[in-house]
Amino acid sequence: MGFMPTISRDEVAHLARLARLDLREDELDHYAEQLDIILASVARVAEVAAADVPATSHPIPLTNVMRADVARVWLTAEEALSGAPASDGRRFRVPRILDEE
Amino acid sequence: MTADAVIPFDDAIAAFDPVMGLEVHVELSTASKMFCSCPTEFGAEPNSQVCPVCLGLPGALPAVNAAAIEAAIRIGLALNCSVAEWCRFARKNYFYPDMPKNFQTSQYDEPICFDGYLDVDVPTADGIKKVRIEIERAHMEEDTGKALHVGGSTGRIHGADFSLVDYNRAGIPLIEIVTRPIEGAEQFAPEVARAYVAALREILRSLDVSDVRMEQGSLRCDVNLSLRRTPADPLGTRSETKNVNSLRSVERAVRYEIGRQAALLQAGGKVVQETRHWHEDTGVTTSGRSKEGAEDYRYFPEPDLLPIAPDPAWVEELRATLPENPAVRRARLATEWGLTDFEMDSLINAGALDLVIATVAAGGDQARARKWWTGELTRIANDRGVDVHDLGVTPEHVVRIETLISEGALNDKLARQVIEGVIAGEGDPDAVVASRGLAVVSDDGPLLAAIDEALAANPDVIEKIMGGKQQAAGVIVGAVMKATRGQADAARVRALLFDKLGVVEEA
Repeated sequence: MGFMPTISRDEVAHLARLARLDLREDELDHYAEQLDIILASVARVAEVAAADVPATSHPIPLTNVMRADVARVWLTAEEALSGAPASDGRRFRVPRILDEE
Repeated sequence: MTADAVIPFDDAIAAFDPVMGLEVHVELSTASKMFCSCPTEFGAEPNSQVCPVCLGLPGALPAVNAAAIEAAIRIGLALNCSVAEWCRFARKNYFYPDMPKNFQTSQYDEPICFDGYLDVDVPTADGIKKVRIEIERAHMEEDTGKALHVGGSTGRIHGADFSLVDYNRAGIPLIEIVTRPIEGAEQFAPEVARAYVAALREILRSLDVSDVRMEQGSLRCDVNLSLRRTPADPLGTRSETKNVNSLRSVERAVRYEIGRQAALLQAGGKVVQETRHWHEDTGVTTSGRSKEGAEDYRYFPEPDLLPIAPDPAWVEELRATLPENPAVRRARLATEWGLTDFEMDSLINAGALDLVIATVAAGGDQARARKWWTGELTRIANDRGVDVHDLGVTPEHVVRIETLISEGALNDKLARQVIEGVIAGEGDPDAVVASRGLAVVSDDGPLLAAIDEALAANPDVIEKIMGGKQQAAGVIVGAVMKATRGQADAARVRALLFDKLGVVEEA
């Protein structure tokens, strides 16, 4: 997986949209410039790794760490909802969905 | 929402070649969720089965449910898949309040099972067609919460003022089974889709890994469909119809989409790649959101979960202990029991095949066992809106009742009362017989007295029987059964009656 050493302003805008970040025009320029530096740095690190070195996702060489299938009640609905900005009955209340589509 | 144009199915098939891809989501029936210990009971109070992990609270760490991994591997093996030697979970990032973490833990390019197939018998107007459906992958993920959209004009997502979310379902283990494009189905595409989902459901049921209740959403199907002019053309643009929740709807949704896309293409239009909603009531699909590309989900390996590397010896052990393939088992039993396709189908449709098998294994006769499970017991279960498995009647109970009938201690009518008692929780058949005092009157004295009474009340019957109309005896037998409140053996009453009249009973 080779990194493109540059990121376009459009790509930054797209990522911002996916991340639901409302960036101003000057912020887009600013972050594009910063991200470009970060990506270039990552690309330099990537150069060191040979093709036969897989990208590391988990630094600890462990596999199959599993839990037995035993159920346990953790929170009551009241406890679960206690930190919610809004709730209605026993449900979380959230703003309308798909407004932007 | 304006209705889409649709052209007749036969015209659409004459002009286009349909290609399908089916994605089936199966909710596993584990006791706890995929990545946390919350219970998974259906229908619990909203947000009563949640914890910091499935609510996405800061600092919460997931841990994989071993039973879900095992179920995933067994499903893959039953679908003739290879099992990954090593695979990871991935985060699928999106903002939608059905997942409070703002990502769904799934698998991306490393599914636990891949490259399988399922051979399906497709009933068509031209007879049974054998079709091999290739399975691309079966991967693990978690279910999402349930959102209730409030306000707005339609009650659906669009136009809602706000949404209320219940996270009990968020984090329940799901296995997503994805087919490769199904080509060559032609005019049978709707039947092929239905038969595949039916066969898959049967396999999942035999594995005992899921309730596979489509109406409750524990088995859900997404239908991808595209059209092209000829099989030599590249694949056309597809639509993805979400959450088609019955076998009949799978068939209808495929049929509808073929007609809709054909109308669009015939009119010179283009199919839009989008998610569509299926409407059970009207049998149409309507446009949903346009599909985000896979790159927009920014998948990356889940850092909080370690890779899964199933021990090959364990995988082989799971393979060796898989249940017999349902289609193979069905064919074997049909031969052993001498059943017609129709008899086998009604047994399977009643969902009682396993119960009949268990009843036979417990010493029962297959014909009598089928009669109980697909007749009386299915009827009672339907009346009560419960599954026939949940009536509280066991195969052993049926065998015991049948033994009592063959010993002459019960007749069919009394046997039904015994079943009622068993279902009402009055104990096993012997306990019900004892407590309700249900037993066939075997002493001839009271029966003869009742026959005399009945003959006196129906003086014309003797003449009819003597004149050769033996079916007239039914009146007397019925009257005696009534007089003894069903506790007589009808065959015995009949024999006594003919004996008394000195008439030889016709076979």
